[in-house]
Amino acid sequence: MSNLIKNNAIVADEWTRVIPPSLGEEVVKKQAGKVVLFKLTGEPTYSPEQIAATQIPATGKILLPLTVWQANVAQLAGRMAAGEIAILIATHEPLESLAATFSDINELPLIAVFVERFPDGRIFTMGNLLRTRYGYKNELRAVGDVLRDQLFFLKRSGFSSFLIRADRSAEDALSSLQDFSQPYQGAVDEALPVWRRVNRSHA
Amino acid sequence: MYKYDAIDQQIVDERVKQYRDQTRRYLAGELSEDEFRPLRLQNGLYIQRHAPMLRIAVPYGMLSSEQLRKLGDIAKRYDRGYGHFSTRQNLQLNWPKLEDIPDILAELATVQMHAIQTSGNCIRNITTDQFASIAPDEVIDPRAMAEVMRQWSTFHPEFALLPRKFKIAVSGTKQDRAIVQAHDIGLEFYKDSNNQVAIKVWVGGGLGRTPILGTVIREHLEWQHALTYCEAIIRVYNMHGRRDNAYKARIKILVKALGIEEFKQQVEAEWAHIKDGPNTITEAELNRVAQHFEPMPYESLPAHDTSFDAAIASNPAFASWIKRCTHAHKQSGYRAVTLSLKPHGKPPGDISSEQMHVVADLADAYSFGELRASHEQNLILADVKLSDLFAVWEKARAAGLATPNIGLLTDMICCPGGDFCSLANAKSIPIAEAIQMQFDNLDYLHDIGDLELNISGCMNACGHHHVGHIGILGVDKDGSEWYQVTIGGKQGNDASIGSVIGPSFSAEEMPGVVQRLIEVYLKERTDEERFIDTVRRLGIAPFKAHVYAEKEAA
Ligand code: SF4
Repeated sequence: MSNLIKNNAIVADEWTRVIPPSLGEEVVKKQAGKVVLFKLTGEPTYSPEQIAATQIPATGKILLPLTVWQANVAQLAGRMAAGEIAILIATHEPLESLAATFSDINELPLIAVFVERFPDGRIFTMGNLLRTRYGYKNELRAVGDVLRDQLFFLKRSGFSSFLIRADRSAEDALSSLQDFSQPYQGAVDEALPVWRRVNRSHA
Repeated sequence: MYKYDAIDQQIVDERVKQYRDQTRRYLAGELSEDEFRPLRLQNGLYIQRHAPMLRIAVPYGMLSSEQLRKLGDIAKRYDRGYGHFSTRQNLQLNWPKLEDIPDILAELATVQMHAIQTSGNCIRNITTDQFASIAPDEVIDPRAMAEVMRQWSTFHPEFALLPRKFKIAVSGTKQDRAIVQAHDIGLEFYKDSNNQVAIKVWVGGGLGRTPILGTVIREHLEWQHALTYCEAIIRVYNMHGRRDNAYKARIKILVKALGIEEFKQQVEAEWAHIKDGPNTITEAELNRVAQHFEPMPYESLPAHDTSFDAAIASNPAFASWIKRCTHAHKQSGYRAVTLSLKPHGKPPGDISSEQMHVVADLADAYSFGELRASHEQNLILADVKLSDLFAVWEKARAAGLATPNIGLLTDMICCPGGDFCSLANAKSIPIAEAIQMQFDNLDYLHDIGDLELNISGCMNACGHHHVGHIGILGVDKDGSEWYQVTIGGKQGNDASIGSVIGPSFSAEEMPGVVQRLIEVYLKERTDEERFIDTVRRLGIAPFKAHVYAEKEAA
């Protein structure tokens, strides 16, 4: 059963996510004895070795980490033209590098933002900037630790599809998209604040 | 004060429904502890030492009598018959049951109240001066803007999960009483040279583990841009604030790391994109909200009232209450009254259900049915006629709400500390009570004069100890409770962070330590000098010498 929500429905996921292999021991970063939970903005996600060792399926629609795409632009140009490539960027990776990689990001049928841990609110600003700053119009998907209690905020920040974490029910999550019917402030989905949408002096 | 329309009401009603379902899922095991934590926190629910603690929002400190009665009833029905006013002008219940919270929220919603964003890593309750609209030194009543900002920040989708909590204060007076310099963002309203309302924007202030006063990021911002400019600041922070270390995650650390010039440049670059966008505040919207804050229907009264003057002349107890607990008012013939929630020997800021009803009745009878909570943890009747003050005093006194100690040593700010708070290093309430008992002599207190003593149970600094003239901080030494003392902190336009006087003390030593600090002051002060002035003039050395000399001799 798919866990993908799109257009207020659960739909099949036609994209295969490509994940670079983990090579050797993962280094657990610690600070003051505590495991560091979030990567800083700008920290690399994969080593050059991991990127080189990534297996890219020969056919079908694939969702590639930005850095894997950057290392394989030449080989994959044809598939990009055929609409078979989508790009995944993590919340700590700079959007500027995504924008700099494509002359027109609307060439991409899908951009996915990967959130490793749900309390990482950078995902909201990234959705907002992709829509309002970079003018991205196609499917924008939240991937990773995506839970129903953040869906309403993700939707308002410009996301149009949501891959709910595998151990949770997407069916249950659907209703959270409608948590609030008349939000106060302007955001991506509804640019106008409530006072510009309705005449509140008579509400 | 602001009254909900159908849209506001729908939002709090939908919130109750949402939170009821989140609680249900948590209790059914569908949400893990970690997943539920930010959800409950953003609804003001902490898990404390003994029970959950619920923090109810009192936006910028404004309350109606109806709301206060409801709070009293809720405290009685779901808690132990009392509540605690916090330094963020909110009301905390210390003993509610987790399962009851949705019902409590539903009751709050019936009186246009909620617990939204009173905790968690999001934009918190916006605070302001408790004397907004009535202070003689006020330039702009900041409450309409505070309400516009409350609405804007409520469920702001982009800023729902920030690196850390985010506190905004607004102020519209010459003498800052909202401690704008100790907030993540402080907005200081003023009239510019063209007589237009403008904002001086402070950023990166905060107490906590690394106390820093804010820096001015923009001297002049037109009020229309308050929201978009804040969005630009918080956006830069959301992307670049440190999420890898909770102790370095506040915006003040980012501002320090980048330097104010670089930070400002990033903010201005961001703002250039959203300036004049849809969240730009319109005159019409500000006016719509401002209608709720029109001046009260005051009677035109002379500046003097004979019965009032006579009562002062003949009744010294009343006179001393007037002196300490009432405040000048813009409107002739009126004063503001602070009802002290600091009777000696009781936890500062606590109020019983019965007292809440008494205060609500006083508000209805004498102050247009409204009240305010102050960040000093007292309640204010903002608009009382001189001729009514005696009656207010008698009734307040009968209810234990008229201790004439406002602004004095025993009017201390104190966090819940180790008795309730699971983050605490040490208890704070018993220290407050012991000091109050040490100084339980009103003549002596009045002689000592203006003094702010602030106590926090740990470096999270909910008790604002850094800006207390005397600050007390609970610290943990090898598992036992100790107290570090600072002097020379101050809030206001000339805010400062206090300096530590030396090694920490045991709980039993604390009343004596404060006593010795006061002794130095009384010996050294010149005419009209307050404790803080003497500390500023002499530095900490003589205080330190006297406190530790006695300690060594002992
Ligand atoms: S200062 Fe520390 S002990 Fe006091 S309420 Fe805040 S977190 Fe708890």
